[in-house]
Amino acid sequence: MTNVGALQITTPSEREIRFERAFSAPRPLVYDAYTRPELVKRWLGAMPGWSWAVCEMDVRVGGAYRWVWKGPDGSEMGMGGTYREVVPGERIVNTEKFDQAWYEGEAVATVVFSERAGKTTVTTSILYVSKEVRDGVLESPAAGGMEMGYQVLDALLASESAS
Amino acid sequence: MNTHGHGQPPAARLDATFAALADPTRRAILARLARGEASVRELAEPFAMSQPAISKHLKVLERAGLISHGRDAQRRPRRLEAKPLAEANKWIERYRQFWELSFGRLDDLLEELKAEQSTQGRTRKSGATKQKGKGR
Repeated sequence: MTNVGALQITTPSEREIRFERAFSAPRPLVYDAYTRPELVKRWLGAMPGWSWAVCEMDVRVGGAYRWVWKGPDGSEMGMGGTYREVVPGERIVNTEKFDQAWYEGEAVATVVFSERAGKTTVTTSILYVSKEVRDGVLESPAAGGMEMGYQVLDALLASESAS
Repeated sequence: MNTHGHGQPPAARLDATFAALADPTRRAILARLARGEASVRELAEPFAMSQPAISKHLKVLERAGLISHGRDAQRRPRRLEAKPLAEANKWIERYRQFWELSFGRLDDLLEELKAEQSTQGRTRKSGATKQKGKGR
């Protein structure tokens, strides 16, 4: 059971990271919001100051998608891939690669939509090419698991704000 | 397409940074250097490692631009270089924010879609059953 609003991150197998998030809406609506570009553009990549540069999605097996955002400083962040499996309303499997990915190889994302009592849980499993790559991704503060950064970064920020 | 400058393309620079950060000893070295510069001997002390082994780690960190060494010929103190780490963190921070903020916005969008649907009455079947993906 996932509470609406809480983002859960787990590692179900050696090469995987799984994100789970529940929404208080019926499944067809959530699926639409994930697959129609005009809706996707309204929520995905909502970083303050960032805007869409490219949002192209050809949601069918073999179709491609390409997402690019533009930041306030003019820098771009992009990602894309192709759809391997599309079961409308239920399940999407696609490859994914960030333009600036620090990990090797293309990852494969499986997105599953399931509804219970009017709430829809979206489970996204991302399969990386190896355990090492997965661990590298997990070790980043992105997943909240990294012991590296905080002391170092606290010190950096302290010295930066002091100077 | 990404023009951050500084010679190396940003993706390659981030690769080097993340590869250097992938090792716990190297992260511990960075944490130590965050408190102030230190010589190889001083850096080797807290680890059960020889100075050559530590030097190897220092070389990786230096190549990634994460540390540099001072002028003092004898001690050659190593110090932390803030910029690559800050850049790596900026990227990671974006990644995490990306999902949390996006999902928050999706909550709002879904509320809107639900409201729209209820005003459109019950004659219409919703969303995916209409095979919207094919049209557009």
